[in-house]
Amino acid sequence: MEIELSHYLSLAAILFTIGVFGIFLNRRNVIIILMCIELMLLAVNINFVAFSSFLGDLTGQVFTMFILTVAAAEAAIGLAILVVFFRTKGSIGVEDISAMKG
Amino acid sequence: MSDFSLSSLMPLAPELFLAVAGMVLLVVGAFMGNRSLRLISWASVVCYGIAAVMVVSGDGGRAETLGGMFVMDGYAELIKIFILVGLAVSAILSIQYLYQEQILKFEYPILILFSGIGMMLMVSAHDLLSLYVALELQSLSLYVLAAIRRTHLRSAESGMKYFILGAISSGVLLFGISLIYGYTGTTNFALIGQALGAEISLGALIGMVFILAGLAFKVSAVPFHMWTPDVYEGAPTSVTAFFALVPKLAALGLIARLVFEPFYPLQDDWVQIIWILSAASMLVGAFAGLRQENIKRLLAYSSIGNMGYALMGIAAGTTAGLSGLIFYMAVYMIMTAGTFAVILSMRRQDVNLEKISDLAGLSHHMPKLAYILAILMFSMSGIPPLAGFFGKFVIFQSAMESHLYVLAVIGVLTSVVSAYYYLRVIKVMFFDTPAEPYDGHISWGRWIVLAGSVGFILLFIISPSSLLDICRTAAVYLIPSSLS
Repeated sequence: MEIELSHYLSLAAILFTIGVFGIFLNRRNVIIILMCIELMLLAVNINFVAFSSFLGDLTGQVFTMFILTVAAAEAAIGLAILVVFFRTKGSIGVEDISAMKG
Repeated sequence: MSDFSLSSLMPLAPELFLAVAGMVLLVVGAFMGNRSLRLISWASVVCYGIAAVMVVSGDGGRAETLGGMFVMDGYAELIKIFILVGLAVSAILSIQYLYQEQILKFEYPILILFSGIGMMLMVSAHDLLSLYVALELQSLSLYVLAAIRRTHLRSAESGMKYFILGAISSGVLLFGISLIYGYTGTTNFALIGQALGAEISLGALIGMVFILAGLAFKVSAVPFHMWTPDVYEGAPTSVTAFFALVPKLAALGLIARLVFEPFYPLQDDWVQIIWILSAASMLVGAFAGLRQENIKRLLAYSSIGNMGYALMGIAAGTTAGLSGLIFYMAVYMIMTAGTFAVILSMRRQDVNLEKISDLAGLSHHMPKLAYILAILMFSMSGIPPLAGFFGKFVIFQSAMESHLYVLAVIGVLTSVVSAYYYLRVIKVMFFDTPAEPYDGHISWGRWIVLAGSVGFILLFIISPSSLLDICRTAAVYLIPSSLS
């Protein structure tokens, strides 16, 4: 069986969905949310590289590089905020992010 | 690139200047420490002024640079000036508050500056790549700003919520971008427009929906608004003021460019999406605001509602609608600046007050502030002849011209409902039993903002058409000539 564009797109879509569901179904830990966000971004990267390869156009791969870089910055800031939150609250449970409701 | 020269970067000059200035200020801060906060704040205000002069002194025509990734035209010029004014106002409003609350971090004004560069790049983005990078530059700075009061649980928590939901929205946006890229074969706005004009594929349509959903997050349109009340409440008040003033203007400017340039061939489809976003935002903004006790939360719902009105201008899809949107956002920004200047001044025993009931007795202890806030609230609820009335009037008029009757009726009804909570603030100030007096001192920078805001609202009636004409000229740049 030959692997076609649609296979890559399905894989990316499935990974992206797993990422989204992981964020909303996970009730335990904020770190898992950060991992799910990373999963979403990497799923998008598969999309870009697949399209880039099948279109014969380099823009998609350049875009992937940018996404990887920005994702690194995002992870850094996310973890920094997580540390700040842990220091004030003493927990990183998802259910503990609840000082404000409404 | 063979045709590269320094002069080809001229349209980018204001952003480049701000980026260099930001890095210089960062070095100054690193050497002088947190005692340089006041110096850096005022220096950043001066930088916004210089950048605004650079924006205005451009040749006014349309110019592309960076291989078509960046475009400077009359539309971007006007919105950038509003953004710069908003940045300067939020920096000025912050200084006294930061010293009172002991949030003495020199990074604060610099983060505002960097997010400002991101916003300016957003309205000038002409490629999905520059759109993404600009949006992230803005968002990452905003996440840190929300959590900047790191010893306080609420601030840390609001930063956390903002970060998680913002990162999800970026992921959704990117997924949409990848689909648009795959089905049109390009990331340039003009080329996407051509490709979609020739053939509309289902994949591109799905991509557009994802992109609009991701951006709706950034402007807090319902049903993507969950973060707004919590972030507004938890972040330090000066940061909330900044959030309310500028980022949404930039995001709306970006959405308008997207739907009128690359996605113009899909107009029948995006009008439906914007229609739903707009109607839902107006309804939620009006009804959820009714039972709020915290004034920052109230203003969060008020801003959600106002985004609904602004999106109505995009749904109209005409020059009148777009110029109405720009005008509405400008008026909204000016009113919000004044409102936050008052809220930041409400202090008792060195604690900032946030409850609406704490406003009781403002008319007794600080009559000047009370009358100013009353004018602002009347304007927000859209009572003529104040500027807020004209903002709504222009938007509703453009919606009627585009036969969006249902949307316009929802708009009028919700603005009546939301008038309840604006007028309630006035009632509490003037008629409830006065509590203890407030801490008096208000810095002159804050007085300038208050005077400018109220002056604009009251005097706007003298020459309503001048600002409207400027907005219309800017809007014409974006709308394809077949319509205008």
